Amino acid sequence: MSGQQVINGLFLGGIYALFALGYTLVFGVLDILNLAHAAVFMLAAFVALTLVSAAHANLLVALPVAVVFAGLLGLVLERIAFRPLRGRSDSNISGLISSLAMAAIFEAIAHEIWGPNTARFPFDTLPDQQLQILGGVVSRLQLTIIGVSLGMFLVLWWLVQRTRLGREIRAVAESPRAARVLGVNVDRAIAWAFFISSALGGAAGVLFALSFNSVSPDMGRGVELKGLAVIILGGMGSMTGAVVAGFALGLTEVLVVSHLGGSYRDAVSFAALFLILVLRPRGLFGAPSLREA
Amino acid sequence: MSALLTLDRVERVFGGVRAVDGASFEVRQGTVHGLIGPNGAGKTTIINLVSGLLQPTGGAVRIEGLPTRGLAPYRIAALGVARTFQNIRLFPDLTARDNVIVGAHLRRKESLLARLLGLAPAREAERLVRERAESLLQRVGLADRMREKVKNLSYGEQRRVEIARALHSEPKLLLLDEPTAGMNPVEVEAVALLIAKVAAEGHSVLLVEHNVRLVMDVCHFVTVLDFGKVIAEGPPAKVAEDPAVITAYLGGPQ
Amino acid sequence: MESLAELYSTYQSTLAYVGLNALLALSVYATLSCGQLALSSAGFAAIGAYAASILTLNFHVAFPFALLAAVVLPMIVAVPLGLPVLRIRGVFLAIATVAFGEVVRLGLVNWDYVNGAQGLVAIPQKTEVWMVYVAVALALLLFARLRGSKWGFALEAIREDEPAARTMGIHTTVYKLAMLVVGAALAGLAGALEAHFSFMVAPNGFAFGRVVDMLVFAVVGGTVAYYGPVVGAAFLTILPEALRVIAPLLGIEPGPLRALVNGVVLLLVILFLPNGIVSLPSRLAARRKARSAAA
Repeated sequence: MSGQQVINGLFLGGIYALFALGYTLVFGVLDILNLAHAAVFMLAAFVALTLVSAAHANLLVALPVAVVFAGLLGLVLERIAFRPLRGRSDSNISGLISSLAMAAIFEAIAHEIWGPNTARFPFDTLPDQQLQILGGVVSRLQLTIIGVSLGMFLVLWWLVQRTRLGREIRAVAESPRAARVLGVNVDRAIAWAFFISSALGGAAGVLFALSFNSVSPDMGRGVELKGLAVIILGGMGSMTGAVVAGFALGLTEVLVVSHLGGSYRDAVSFAALFLILVLRPRGLFGAPSLREA
Repeated sequence: MSALLTLDRVERVFGGVRAVDGASFEVRQGTVHGLIGPNGAGKTTIINLVSGLLQPTGGAVRIEGLPTRGLAPYRIAALGVARTFQNIRLFPDLTARDNVIVGAHLRRKESLLARLLGLAPAREAERLVRERAESLLQRVGLADRMREKVKNLSYGEQRRVEIARALHSEPKLLLLDEPTAGMNPVEVEAVALLIAKVAAEGHSVLLVEHNVRLVMDVCHFVTVLDFGKVIAEGPPAKVAEDPAVITAYLGGPQ
Repeated sequence: MESLAELYSTYQSTLAYVGLNALLALSVYATLSCGQLALSSAGFAAIGAYAASILTLNFHVAFPFALLAAVVLPMIVAVPLGLPVLRIRGVFLAIATVAFGEVVRLGLVNWDYVNGAQGLVAIPQKTEVWMVYVAVALALLLFARLRGSKWGFALEAIREDEPAARTMGIHTTVYKLAMLVVGAALAGLAGALEAHFSFMVAPNGFAFGRVVDMLVFAVVGGTVAYYGPVVGAAFLTILPEALRVIAPLLGIEPGPLRALVNGVVLLLVILFLPNGIVSLPSRLAARRKARSAAA
């Protein structure tokens, strides 16, 4: 695998990993799949685009603003679509469905505000210098994206492992009841988990939009399912798994495209997903509790 | 009297814990056999092993001489084993009557084709099953609650529905896991009578219980478990005086 | 005279799609009725649609036989799919079946024989509205007959508590597989009927969003009763048609309005009426009883 391909794979993988981390954070804490994640991904991209094109903001300003906006959307999601369902016995399926409902609403809003077509960043807003590294050509943009991804992983790691909030979130993921007994404010921890999760998804969205210079209301579709493949491969609820699997998928896709052609790229992820679910549902790093008695 | 159920040096290990550690005993046909012991002794684990929800990691479980190793729970049920659960596993959104109806699953021999075509014999068979379920509920004193969803019933009522459901399959071996937990003395008495009658009709019962008086009254034989091992067995009176049993319950590092 | 004919053909299309969506919703309901969230119906619909279309287009097979193939082929595929996949619990089963659907779709996109992403056109228009409703009626009959029978109770038991059901002698794998096969047959039939109604078929018509729609029909209608999915399909198929009239009055594009309303309806149902539209009468009755008891 050439250096060029490694770089392409890493930068694509970083985006997948960021996105998947969001999924896995919510699943770890609530045992629910948040299918509105991809819609947040998309809305954050639109917000960044609007800030850059209409408000002439610098990218370095637009990115954090979009990420915070995404986090706030996560809080909205949690409050409206997930919290009311918490006591219910079928909360996994009903949570799935209410997140689907929110996704449809978000997409409709995006459609209405920005129209159905693909939008692009204005001509001179993206840095386009090329650099030579590892025998490949890397654009400054790609390097920035890789850098931002890595930076976010570090911040996330610090948050989860080294802060009190992180400990509380991990406690709730382990057992909400025990956490409550220990004095953890479970509602607050879950809300924060959603904020962080959606912020990660939003970051992935902005970076994705920058990478491919394309923003459209349905841009979340393709990534949504890939994100599922990543968290399954990495193990649901495992953050390390999401990162490792994200990069693995990015690299694999680049490899598949270069050897088999573009049309097989997606088929490979889904076939792999299917096999993993059948053979080792807990993925690489997940907890082994997925089969029935 | 032949052995209906045989446990032959059965072992079940979870990680490092020996939940059941070389337990051997027999339940003879037509008897009520008590299984008692302090909390954590392995009683429910044994019930799970016999009913097939767990597989032994050592030793053998035999039903009428047939080893049950590797058999799925539904196969073991087909051998004539029915059970209740320590933490009550009824079907919450179904009515009491419907719960009991499910219990008869194995005994129903209707033809799918006849049912799909809406033929009379199929409908007749269904009516009979419904009636049997209702009479079983009457037997446990819940005739007036039969159309209630079981999630709306009291704890004691739910336990009785579970027993009725288990009885509906006409089991050779009935496994009762703490059936009187949470019941008042009047209900306990009714369950005791029911168990005695069921045994008199030819079913065998393996009864896990904490209510020692109930066990003494109703059981023909008792096996006492502690830390997964059998520490005493025999008729209730003899077991009650066994010093090992007294130590297990009262003395020792609990 | 002409406008009347136009009116009829417009309603005919809606009527047909109510029926087709009902079949698809019932296909998802089949596995939901025993507690399994299997989202493989889009994949099975694709298989049925393409199988039937290839037979009528390229081999001039008579329509009834093409429909037969559209029913049988998905049923056959459902068995090797179900055996490994039905052992997986909950959300993971859903994801695995979605992956199956995507593999089918991507396979079709990359298959030149069927024109890849562009799909097949000029499929003979053989489907009549009555055919769709006969299919719906048969499906409803099947579910109605199962209810209250030995097998119907077994399915409910599996849905409520699968391990407990097993200790009662219910061979849960066989039942879950049977329902998956039934769902596959319904989806395949719906796919074939639709292809021969709208005279074209393309892989993008069977993407993830499609099976999500089917799930939504079933859930909004209510999965507590076998006719719930039909109610949901009818409601959510007719609603956008009504919105198409209203949208211009509000100054909004019909497309996003439809998606918005769908999302809001779904959210309201899942939050406030979790057992779907069909549970509305009993909910109101219970409330009325409570109110008169308190009075």
